[in-house]
Amino acid sequence: MRTHTLSVLVENKPGVLARIAGLFARRGYNIESLAVGPTENEEFSRITVQVAVSTELVLEQIVKQLNKLVEVLKIVELEDAASVSRELMLIKVKADPATRSQIIEIVQLFRGKTVDVHNDSMTIEATGSPDKLRALLEMLAPYGIRELVQSGLVALGRGGRSLSDRAKIDRIRLVGGPGN
Amino acid sequence: MAEEETKLLTGAQALVESLERVGVDVVFGIPGGAILPAYDPLYDSKIRHILVRHEQGAGHAAEGYAQVTGRVGVCIATSGPGATNLVTAIGDAYMDSVPMVAITGQVTSSSIGTDAFQEADIRGITFPITKHSFLITRTEEIPHAIAAAFHLANTGRPGPVLVDIAKDALTGTAPFVWPDELDLPGYRPVTRPHGKQIKEAVRLISEASRPVVYLGGGINRARAWGQLAEFVELTGIPVVTTLMARGAFPDSHPLNYGMPGMHGAVAAVGALQRSDLLITLGARFDDRVTGKLDSFAPEAKVIHADIDPAEISKNRVADVPIVGDLAEVLGDLNAALRGVGLADHSDWIRYLDGLRSRYVASEFAPTEGADDLLSPEYVIKRIGELAGPDAIYVAGVGQHQMWAAHLLPHERPGKWLNSGGAGTMGYCVPAAMGAKVGAPDQMVWGIDGDGCFQMTNQELVTCTLDAIPIKIAVINNRSLGMVRQWQTLFYGERYSNTNLKTHLVPDFPKLAEAMGAVGIRVERPEDIDAAIIRANEINDRPVVVEFVVHKDAMVWPMVPAGTSNDDIKIARDLAPEWSGETEL
Repeated sequence: MRTHTLSVLVENKPGVLARIAGLFARRGYNIESLAVGPTENEEFSRITVQVAVSTELVLEQIVKQLNKLVEVLKIVELEDAASVSRELMLIKVKADPATRSQIIEIVQLFRGKTVDVHNDSMTIEATGSPDKLRALLEMLAPYGIRELVQSGLVALGRGGRSLSDRAKIDRIRLVGGPGN
Repeated sequence: MAEEETKLLTGAQALVESLERVGVDVVFGIPGGAILPAYDPLYDSKIRHILVRHEQGAGHAAEGYAQVTGRVGVCIATSGPGATNLVTAIGDAYMDSVPMVAITGQVTSSSIGTDAFQEADIRGITFPITKHSFLITRTEEIPHAIAAAFHLANTGRPGPVLVDIAKDALTGTAPFVWPDELDLPGYRPVTRPHGKQIKEAVRLISEASRPVVYLGGGINRARAWGQLAEFVELTGIPVVTTLMARGAFPDSHPLNYGMPGMHGAVAAVGALQRSDLLITLGARFDDRVTGKLDSFAPEAKVIHADIDPAEISKNRVADVPIVGDLAEVLGDLNAALRGVGLADHSDWIRYLDGLRSRYVASEFAPTEGADDLLSPEYVIKRIGELAGPDAIYVAGVGQHQMWAAHLLPHERPGKWLNSGGAGTMGYCVPAAMGAKVGAPDQMVWGIDGDGCFQMTNQELVTCTLDAIPIKIAVINNRSLGMVRQWQTLFYGERYSNTNLKTHLVPDFPKLAEAMGAVGIRVERPEDIDAAIIRANEINDRPVVVEFVVHKDAMVWPMVPAGTSNDDIKIARDLAPEWSGETEL
């Protein structure tokens, strides 16, 4: 199984996410991570989805099936080398006065931030590639992780162009009204 | 809409106005609470509303209407159970790519999500079986939704589109603005084939020595029958016509080797299995055609032309993918093939002719079996002979469907309707009703089974009241015949729950009479022709002819599910000789 990252530009309408999630579920595709959010244009949302596939043909099918959804405007595969990708993680870790400074040191090494502190815990915010976050988590594990939440991966292609440029968004022109 | 005066309309009026503008002349439906506002302006409209007896009937009728007219079929239901009753027909239309718009009422927008009376999330329920769907909660959205729904349903790969409209959107008022363009930025079906792929296809066609056209239902959606005939004329390449493509190319043509698949003709199955090039046109490598996929047409390269790119290389990898409308694809292929020298196919044709002559559907005696009851094959064949190739035939699902697919006169396109992908028992009567509404001047025969008929026969009431004189043959073998056949072959003749006991009840002619139809029962061979002729002559009301047939008749040939096409049997434990006199 190989993981691929797809960036999907969709119309910002109710039910779009349900359509996409339903498509993956009923056709038996594996979603490894999913992130949805607004874009530079309020009419569109962008979904970053990581899928694990056994062959390129399965990936091709996923892209084709997604493209059939009327509200999907554009799909691109973001290759690791040609894109930047990040996940966000919030980690609540056990911390007493004795361990607090050690934890802060680790967090700084990973360019994370401490966003909340209590007598017996602190909450860390970290962003980065999945590998980096995994490494951070390994370092923090010995102190005791109380709670953890993680976003799906978000990614952008490198270079100047945007996905909506590439979508060449146009309206279907009707000749003489929509005929039956 | 500068030149047009903007009218203030209720949502219900806007809905009816929009339906009129897209050219709807007939809708099939049943009113109810949430859709009720729409029925008021519909009362004054020139649109004919046919009041069905079950929403499933409205859906299948819309399918039947769509397939004989090439236009979008329309069904209407209320919220909740009205809408969920449409689900089977919507699923059926999705599987067979039938252009349909289903309009459903929905509870008021403020009640959505509260489990209100007759609330069902019909849009959510139908996500997997619609091409697209709309939930309309604002009056001003209605014209665009209807315009878009009709455009989506009948362009690209056709299919069902659902428009679910909240009751308050129907009762509210807004200026009526008819869209002059559609806001569907993500919808751009490709209809023009790529020149490079056409060239590549021509190269493969010119080199192939055992090519075959594997023709699917897409040919009917593209209405590209003329271009197909020209292609065969130009190339002399054999054709096999799948269940959905029966009649798209005439059976009487010497290069038509019949229907392939699980119950396909030996010559058609052999043509695919021994081919070195499949020219796949609007077909989708369905499991009922391919059998075990990895042994399907093992030596063949594949040209796959389809309007839906997702069908290409879904089940079988295509060597030459062509995305486009079949009319354009075939037009371009024909233009490119003119004057191109092709390899010699004469050995191939001789081989297929040999298979066909040895394994042609045999002549059937009027009766068969120890009980000496009517032969279902004979009866169906006689209906075809007496009603002729100009009649429209609509089948239910099961053994009678397979016999009808083989034995009726499939000579003209658009005359054969059945539920292929979904295999919906109960399709026949309402689909025949819709077909007759779409083609009132043509004879419509439904070939149904006693099991299927009992699922949707109540639409005969609609047919009687609305002057839709269809003819239904009930091929009564007193059992769920196809399931029984599997029990005979694969479950040691243990007939668990397939005996319908229709020799006891219902009395089909009486049932027909009760619904205002003419009811006829045929039990003796000498009465078969007279009954069919009488039915053909009745044109003022529906007719039901019950044929009491032998229950152990089986559909042959058969490729058992999950096995290779090479393991086809022409009768129980009897395999065809593939080689015969003409070796390949």
